[in-house]
Amino acid sequence: MEKRVVFRSAWLPYALVAPQIAITIVFFFWPATQAVWYSFQLQDAFGLRSQFVGLQNFAALFKDSNYVDSFKVTALFSVLVAFFGIAISLLLATMADRVLRGAMAYKTLLIWPYAVAPAVAGVLWAFLFAPSIGIVTYVLKGWGVDWNWILKGDQAMVLVVVASVWKQISYNFLFFLAGLQSIPRSLIEAAAIDGATPFRRFWTIVFPLLSPTTFFLLVVNIVYAFFDTFGVIDATTQGGPGQSTNILVYKVYHDGVKAADLGGSSAQSVILMFIVILLTVVQFRFVERKVQY
Amino acid sequence: MRIKLLTAALTSAALFAGNAQAQIEIQWWHSMGGALGEALNGLANKFNLVQKEYKVVPTFKGSYPESMTAAIAAYRAGNAPHMLQVFEVGTATMMSAKGAIVPVAKVMTDAKETFDPKAYLPTVTGYYSDQKGNMLSFPFNSSTVMFYVNKDAFKKAGLDPNKPPKTWKEVVAAAEKLKASGHPCPYTTSWPSWMHIENFSAWHNVPIGTKENGFGGLDTQFTINSPLHVKHVSMLADMSKKGLFTYAGRTNQGDAKFSSGECAMFSGSTGAQAGIRKAGKFEWSINFIPYHDDVKGAPQNSIIGGASVWVMGGKKPEEYKGVAKFLAFLSRPDIQMDWHTTTGYVPITQAAYDMTKKSGFYDKDPGAELAVKQLTNKPPTANSKGLRFGNFVQGRTVIEEELENVFSGKKEAKPALDDAVKRGNEILRQFEAANK
Repeated sequence: MEKRVVFRSAWLPYALVAPQIAITIVFFFWPATQAVWYSFQLQDAFGLRSQFVGLQNFAALFKDSNYVDSFKVTALFSVLVAFFGIAISLLLATMADRVLRGAMAYKTLLIWPYAVAPAVAGVLWAFLFAPSIGIVTYVLKGWGVDWNWILKGDQAMVLVVVASVWKQISYNFLFFLAGLQSIPRSLIEAAAIDGATPFRRFWTIVFPLLSPTTFFLLVVNIVYAFFDTFGVIDATTQGGPGQSTNILVYKVYHDGVKAADLGGSSAQSVILMFIVILLTVVQFRFVERKVQY
Repeated sequence: MRIKLLTAALTSAALFAGNAQAQIEIQWWHSMGGALGEALNGLANKFNLVQKEYKVVPTFKGSYPESMTAAIAAYRAGNAPHMLQVFEVGTATMMSAKGAIVPVAKVMTDAKETFDPKAYLPTVTGYYSDQKGNMLSFPFNSSTVMFYVNKDAFKKAGLDPNKPPKTWKEVVAAAEKLKASGHPCPYTTSWPSWMHIENFSAWHNVPIGTKENGFGGLDTQFTINSPLHVKHVSMLADMSKKGLFTYAGRTNQGDAKFSSGECAMFSGSTGAQAGIRKAGKFEWSINFIPYHDDVKGAPQNSIIGGASVWVMGGKKPEEYKGVAKFLAFLSRPDIQMDWHTTTGYVPITQAAYDMTKKSGFYDKDPGAELAVKQLTNKPPTANSKGLRFGNFVQGRTVIEEELENVFSGKKEAKPALDDAVKRGNEILRQFEAANK
């Protein structure tokens, strides 16, 4: 069954997509081109002197072992954020889908965190986990855990992952819930009559039918972890301790905005852009094959 | 009757508007929030009251890096403010931006304002002057690092609260006693790089970088991996391992650890006093920062932090006249004394310091004077007049990252400081290439 809308007019479809294309060009392509242009230049902060230096900015980056380390940190961070973000929200969505009474209230509460800005989410979690005054720290100390993310890199990573995941769960939850509601009840009932346990019904019917949603969320969550999480990092660890939470996008922000090093920062964003393009292509070519629409 | 009133109102409104138009507006972007922002607005209001020709309009633009970024973007778009408050680590970036800024000394002489560079305290202005002694930016809010002691905790540990540690050896001994008495955090610090690398070097009269800490040229290199630096950082790492030192973070997180009573000794900015006075429920004292007594000539003098006011380029001559008038107004001893006593920042002229002393303010608040005494402990040397490293925002981050690697036990002090020098020098070379 294929749905197709046919426009009689030749220009109307173009006119309808024109605003979207204009926005994309002005806010995406134009800045991206500028970033590429700046990445080949060496400039002082005020733009008074600039010289073309070819690939020198890129060479400097890859010579810096800390920048290369930042790749590992970013990879770990985005895998953790995407995995936990998707897993937890899938669990919550399946639960909320079965609730009979007060379903609306549960759903509203679960969607709520999405309205919180990343920086605010970061500050909230940083307060809860603050090394000397945080409530969670207090509880953890009671259990004999030495909680100090100011100095312990792995704990700092836990903190930023928790804050970022919490922030993203609502979004994922919404999509999973919509996906679950579009699965025909008759399929599940038939399986139930055949004697399949809820666990089995989930893995053989529900999860495969949700695979387009899961795939879409995987792409979105990876992009989220790569780009949108710098607010969380800036409000909490600022990349520290050492370099333990210095993800690529935070370094772009720090070098470009805080330190006014435009060439180096642009080179980093160009690299970041290529990574995300590459990741998305890989996801569409290989992961998508396993998706059943 | 009604019409008459209306016309009267309109005429007076027109008169006021005309008056406002004749005034030349001077835009001033700054980063002073809260009580400090109110004090700053007070300065502008006072200036606008004592003369009618110019009107200084202060605008809060967020944190130091934020307002600097905003001003850079505004400059690129052709509508920069007349004056911009820039933090001390942005000094090298600003002074290299020839054309984007006008040296304060030039603004003052062009406007024929009375301006005597010798009237200013050398440790304060030296930081913001070129090698010939020309003032490049106007020192506005200057602080320095001090050593705070919780006297109640000292008493509890059996230490003499009126004998604060003077040397690092004494700090370690006191910390051990505090720990033995059950104190959870004997020592902490705010601003680790500023305190334990930058001020530490000046206080012991050792260079932070070659070429007079960068004052002598862009081809400077960091020298913070000297044996003395390694010794100090390993001592801190050792204290951290033994539970004598708690690392608090890269900015002023240490302040809260001291004012809440959690930590008994603390290195922090002079600016921390207001918070301690408000939150601290214990007796405390403010002291000179500790030194290593086996270093010859120590202690030297400490260096400042805080920010200065830069005059931006490309404005009209009559506007620069207004800027010069305002800066002259800010240098007035009574204005300086007012700013110094309300905010806790140090005064920038000798006259203001003398005036405050005469007023008896220091008898009530000895800490305020101690900062000035520490800054002027000895005439500044090439190692202790300040620092000027390009892109030091990134440089400081590198130093702090490496210090964290040491305190967490990931690296030894020597290799960490070697790495800080190596990575820091790369940033300096990049800056040198961009500003040739």
